[in-house]
This record gives sequence, structure tokens and C-alpha cells, in this order.
Amino acid sequence: MLHYTDLKELANDKWLELNSGNKPWIRVGTAICGKAAGADYVLDKLKIVLSELNIDYIIDEVGCLGICFAEPLVDITLENGRRVFYKNVSVDDINTIIDDSIVENKFNHSSLLGILTSNVDNNAIGENDLPDLNELPGIKYQKKIALSNAGNVSPFDLYHYVSQGGYLALNKAVNHMTPDEVIKEVSDSGLRGRGGAAFPTGFKWSFLVKSDNPSKYVLCNCEEGDPGAYNDKGILESDPFKLLEGLTIAGYATRSSNGIVFIRHGHDGPIDRMENAIKRAYDEGLLGKNIFDSGFDFDVEISLTGESYVAGEESALMESIEGKRSQPRFRPPFPAQFGVWGKPSNINNVKTLTYVPDIISNGSNWFANIGVQGNKEKKIQGSTGTAIVCLSGNIKFPGLYEVPMGLSLRDVIYKIGGGTASGKELKVLQTGGPLGGVLDSNSLDIHLDFDEMKSAGAILGSGGIIVGDIETCVVDLTRVLVAFCQYESCGKCFPCRLGMEQILEITERMVKCESSEYDLELIKNVGQNMEKASLCGHGQLGYGPIRSALKYFESDFKSHIIDKKCPTGSCVQPMISPKNTRPYGILQINKGGE
Amino acid sequence: MQIDNDRFREEINKELSSQTRPTITVLSSLLAIQDKFGYIPELAIDVIAQYTEHTINEVWGVASFYPNFRFTKPGENMLEICWGPTCHLAGSSKILNDIQEALGLDGEGETINNKFTLKYNTCLGACSQAPVISINHDFIGNSTSESVLEKLSKIDPKL
Repeated sequence: MLHYTDLKELANDKWLELNSGNKPWIRVGTAICGKAAGADYVLDKLKIVLSELNIDYIIDEVGCLGICFAEPLVDITLENGRRVFYKNVSVDDINTIIDDSIVENKFNHSSLLGILTSNVDNNAIGENDLPDLNELPGIKYQKKIALSNAGNVSPFDLYHYVSQGGYLALNKAVNHMTPDEVIKEVSDSGLRGRGGAAFPTGFKWSFLVKSDNPSKYVLCNCEEGDPGAYNDKGILESDPFKLLEGLTIAGYATRSSNGIVFIRHGHDGPIDRMENAIKRAYDEGLLGKNIFDSGFDFDVEISLTGESYVAGEESALMESIEGKRSQPRFRPPFPAQFGVWGKPSNINNVKTLTYVPDIISNGSNWFANIGVQGNKEKKIQGSTGTAIVCLSGNIKFPGLYEVPMGLSLRDVIYKIGGGTASGKELKVLQTGGPLGGVLDSNSLDIHLDFDEMKSAGAILGSGGIIVGDIETCVVDLTRVLVAFCQYESCGKCFPCRLGMEQILEITERMVKCESSEYDLELIKNVGQNMEKASLCGHGQLGYGPIRSALKYFESDFKSHIIDKKCPTGSCVQPMISPKNTRPYGILQINKGGE
Repeated sequence: MQIDNDRFREEINKELSSQTRPTITVLSSLLAIQDKFGYIPELAIDVIAQYTEHTINEVWGVASFYPNFRFTKPGENMLEICWGPTCHLAGSSKILNDIQEALGLDGEGETINNKFTLKYNTCLGACSQAPVISINHDFIGNSTSESVLEKLSKIDPKL
């Protein structure tokens, strides 16, 4: 039986050795953003060159530091714990980078991004002339909680995670707190669900406590089919142990027996890293029977789903875990009474659960003081903690940034993101995934806050923010959002199945300038019916992007409909999007038989 | 023919029983078969039904719902192009159009020489590197029509 103190001691020794500088320690970001930029090739080449030069080294794949624009990112720890970062490294740069860092200690390579000198005796080296990584806007304005280890630790190594304070919270919870105390701590922190609905997490957990069924489930939703967001996958790829610890604590608090991590098939990076994390946790007794000698038993497994956006909806998710079509269930009964396999279940988003270990270690007050505080007397919930924002589109510095709630969109876009990549004026922000909304450049003073964003007609949702400059045609962007929603409609209830198809046809007419003013009435009518009559959030929220687009960009629509031309001239491109009415496979079979 | 079928049935059964995750369902079985063969052979529906104790109709029901399942052999290489909003703003529709033209396709499907299968993807999940495509699950970010064509011509020099 492993005690926390033994585990921590082992981990600390290992971490000290890595940072001692006895051998250069090289970290390469191989999360999905790194891989798409070619990190795998950089990793292979690094190993080859270092072996050729007979340099003794340690190399680790790590997750995403947040500054995705700098990928592939190579981070080399030298003597005195000095960390040197190189950005946008290509295979051809490897030789010169090794010369610049390990061999000659020159640090004037053209790819040098910055240096971290926190552990360094500053007098020894003239560090002042070198760029400080912490001064980089993409690092400086971040407040890292859920992603505190991302890019720093190996997602494959449990000891890395423990050395950074991992599993302190689980030990504290199971050995020094009652389940009710854990729930109270989470409630007091003001933590709200990060999956989109922003429901208070502690309160949600308390529903599950009421059931005395010996077999209960806590589910972690990493379906994340939202285009424009990869923060859940980013957490799984960067620090899966933290999520696992959060899930285990949720299991303890709700007195559950089983946990399931739900991921979309095909996302191999997140799946492999999570799978390894679960295996390692079992090896060390951090899952299974009698965790930390407390008498608490908890099992976790991974469940994969096929391609289906609606599988991220809580009841559809449970159907998918049972191996069926991921179509939503009628409620009641609610998941806390009748969930997966008919057992009481609780569902949380990846980000929500990843905050839990730090809330338990540092206390609810610490978390509640970050972000936007609530006010009980005025019945304001507040948005405490941080927002994990996925900045993409026409932006100079795209990335995965964790920032305190309450930061204005202006700060996110300009201070961190550096403004549009084209240098042209900003026109549109698309937030919260395809069911979210669009905002214009006058909305930049809105803050990252669940309630403020919602009242502006957008949602914080999954945290995705897609930026478009002045040349973006909002009608065309709306069409793409609607095409996505239509493609992903599960087909169970007709308001969504038929409604999505209708509004797609209308938006396609609008883009082609073949529309009339009557269509504006029609789309509103269909959309409002979908909102009222659909079974799940997919249909209920599907009209949201159109409503907000019409609110902020009415003139764009008017010029397509009345003047018969696109004000930006950018929507002349061919309209390519798959049209799908499920069931899809049958159509394929029929085609094959022709 | 019967012998071939029996052998194939055995192969499918072997694949189903080598699933390592503790919970085995119709969906997990279909995913395992698709991973192994690249498609769901008709025989597999029958085998999965027996293996998971469901009816053939139930298995078809699940298989036809998820668009990642296919029922004919795919081309030798899988090319996925993202058309999500981020990639769209970054110019993916031009890439899609150019690539379809180069491959002689007018939508998703296989090229005549069966070298490629083109598939649209709603989001490959690397939005910071948009536009993103993947060739045989190898992600390529910041792509252009030219860079994609260059990669494709390494696989099929006739392009």
C-alpha cells in the first residue's frame, strides 16, 4: 500500500534529477497543435542528431504550453535549471539549435523565443540581455489552474504530475474530509460547469448523493466536437492525471463506484494519453480498491463514441456509452435517478473536473477570489476561476489560453491574440461553438463571464473564439455554422431534423443572393419553433447563431437580400458542405449498390 | 466460398474478442472492426449481432447512425479536409475545391484509381493551425492547395 508521502518523495527526487542539468532535458510539445505543425518530425530528428553528437540527454513529449502559434516548440533545460525555448522549429533547424543551446550556450538563434530563469542564480549569467519568456503576452496574461502543468510535465509520467502537487488533493479528500465536506468546498468555490450550461458543480453533485444505489457513475465528457475548440482535448493531451484526480475526487464526493471518460473515436493523442494515465493510476493504487488506505474504491474506464456532435449531450452520451445511437433521451427521469445502464449518474465537462484538485488543495476561498465574484444578496452567481479560451481564425497569435474570468474580449483579442493576423480591422467574433453566437467589434468590452456573454446573445460555451476580419462575410459564416448543425442533427425529433434543413436552405439562398425579404420572416419562424419544440440543446440553441448574426450584422444580410450582392465580395467561393440526413450509412449502401 | 466466409468470420470474431476495454458494446465492436478493416463488411454485422447478443437490425441501427462507419472498402489512403468555421475562414473551401478538381471528385468518395478516399471533417481539432488536413491520420496544419497537392503527389506521382 502506497502512502502519499512515499509517492511524493519518489516524485520529487525524479523531478530534481531532471532539473539538475546533469543531462540536457528536452521537452517537445506534441499535443494536437504541435503535431499539426510537424512536431513528430522534429522529435525524431532531435533524437537522431543528439545521438550522432554523442550527447547524453533526456527527452519528453509534453502537451501544449498555450502558445500554439509557436509550435513546434522545443524547450531545453540546461545547467542551473535554465530553460531555453525555441519556436516554430523545423527539421532543418535542429543542428543549429543544439549548437546554440547545449553545445555553445550562445542563445542568439533566430528561433529563440525566450528563456525562463526562475531557478537560476541571476548573478552568474548575464540573463538580462535575453528575452524573458514570462514577458511574452501569451504567457504573461495567463492565469493557469487547470492547465498549470500543461507543457511542463510529461503527460505519460505520473511522477512528473505528483512532483507538481498532484494527488495531494485526493489524499486530503479521502483521508481528511467527508464527501459532504468535499461537495461544500466545491460549492463554496462558485465553480460552474464549463461544458456550456454553467450549472453550479457542487449543486449538481448533491443530486447524486441522494441516491443510495451501490453502483453510481460519474461521467467525464470529452466528446468536444465543437469546431474552434480543442481545450478538452488539450487537457487530456497535456495533463491527463489532473483530470483523473478530479474525476476520482468527484467519485468520492458523490459516493460513486465508477467513472467513465467519454472521448470521440479517432482522437488518438488524447485517447492514448488518458489510457496510459488510467493504467498508471491503477499500477500505483490510485484507482481500484482502497485508495490511499481510506477504504474508498473507484474504477475508471474509457468509452469511445463514433462521429456525432450530439453525443456530447448528457443523455445522448449515456446512450452512446451503452453502445446505441447517440440520441437524447426524454427527461424525466433525470440522469441523477436513471443514467447510464439505468444507474444514477452525474456528468461533468473535462475542464470542470480539472479545476477540482486545486480547489481541494488550496481551498474554496482561493478559487472564489479569482475571476468574477457573485453576490448572494443580489442573486448574482458570478463566474469564479478562469476561462480556458481557444483563440483561432484570423488572429495573429492563435492558442489555448487560460485567463481569469472577467477579462474583456478586447484584452483577449488584442493583448494576448495580438489582433487580426491580416492586420485589417476586426469585424466578427464567433464564440461558444456552432450553437453559440456571433458578436461584432462593438462588443469587445464584454467580459468573459457566463451571464454577461449570454445576455449579449453569445455564450462562453466551450471557450472557442473564432475571429474574422473586415473581409469576412457574416452571411457565409452563418451558413457554415448552420451547415454544421444540420449535418450533426441526430434526427430523433422533427423540429431539429427538418428545421435545420430548412434554415440551411434559406441561408444558402441568402449567400447566393437568391433570397427575398420574406426569407427573414421565414427563418425566424422556423428557428423559433425549433427553440420551443426540440428535444435537446442542439435544436433549442441551433437558431442562436442566426439570431445574433441578424442582430449585429443586419446590413450584411440586407445587402445580400435587397442589393443582391455581398458587401465584402468574399462569399463567391463554392459552397462545399456535406448534406446529411441520418441515417447516413444506408444512403452510402444504396449508392454502393447502384 | 463457404470456407472463405468461415475464415473471415473467424477473423472478425478474433478481432471482437481481443477488445481490451472492460465494457464491450455494439458500438465498441463496430469501432474495432472499422479500425481493423477500414470498413464494416456485411458479414461483420451478423458476427457482431451474435457476439453482443443483439439483433442484426439493432447493429445496423447503430452502424448507420455514425457517419464514420462505411460499408465499402476505402481507398488506399485517407485524406480528410476540415471544413469547420475556423478552417473555412482560413480558406479551406478553396483547398477543398482545388483538391476535388485535382482528384477528379465532386464530393466525398474514392478516386478512380482507388489511391485516395476524400472525406470532409467537421473539425480535426487543431484550429490554431488552420486550415488543417490529415493524410492517413497524420495532421498537417497551415496548409494551402499547393502544399496539399505536393503531399498527395508524393503518394500518387501522377497527380
